[in-house]
Amino acid sequence: MKLAFTSLVAVATLAVSVPFAASANPILDGYKAEIKGTFTAAAGEKLYKTVGPNQLACASCHTDSPKNAGKHAKTNKAIDPLAPSVNPKRFTDAATVEKWFKRNCNDALGRACTTQEKGDFMTYVLSVK
Amino acid sequence: MYITRIVAASILIASSSAVWADGGGVTPLLPKMEKECSSCHIAYRPNFLPRAAWKQVMANLNKHYGTDASLSDADTAEISAWLDKTALDVGDVPPNLRITESFWFKRKHGTNHVKAEVWQRASIKSRSNCQACHVDAAKGDFNEHKIRIPG
Repeated sequence: MKLAFTSLVAVATLAVSVPFAASANPILDGYKAEIKGTFTAAAGEKLYKTVGPNQLACASCHTDSPKNAGKHAKTNKAIDPLAPSVNPKRFTDAATVEKWFKRNCNDALGRACTTQEKGDFMTYVLSVK
Repeated sequence: MYITRIVAASILIASSSAVWADGGGVTPLLPKMEKECSSCHIAYRPNFLPRAAWKQVMANLNKHYGTDASLSDADTAEISAWLDKTALDVGDVPPNLRITESFWFKRKHGTNHVKAEVWQRASIKSRSNCQACHVDAAKGDFNEHKIRIPG
């Protein structure tokens, strides 16, 4: 009985999770709805590597690839990989995503990012397999 | 000023002996404070800065020692209120609002204890990296018997 129930739960979970995994990221969808345009991974990659006025880029802490574990440029704190392909917890909570865009755009670029830039950035990071 | 320091130091010593006497229990941190601070560095103990200094730290999170560490208004308010309740009015606000420039920190980490060369090591990198040597710093354990200076 218990086994049957477990299998049922497993099948149900599979049925629910497969369509979710296949759909686009809801946070990215939100940005897309705001700009009514398109995002490109190429623009996102360029932004990722842009060195700003503080001599910092996203890559300074997150390394050359969002798939790698990074290290805080000042404090040495270990940073988990950004790419959801290796760290599925990334880009799952809108408030967290906004919190870090605000902080890191200010640090790396010396200004806030536009919605276009956030969408391009996410498109790039989500595309890294 | 000097008397204030003596008093502050005595309180620090008295409070830390009390802590160790009861088996090493330390004041638990507000979970939100611990989570937010430790996303970039260990959550420093509330008694590392006087209450007035924490007020300044929390009022300037967008310019936090050269980094934007801003939080939502609600989270800022919650953490500020907890620090205001938990931190003490002892000692002076340190120069540059830095724990590492506090008189007690400099005395404990002077050249007779830690040679200048040690601070340059890549494994330590910064005086703010408590846990590089105080291995259980993140748990609030700064017992001197648990110091391991990395090579």
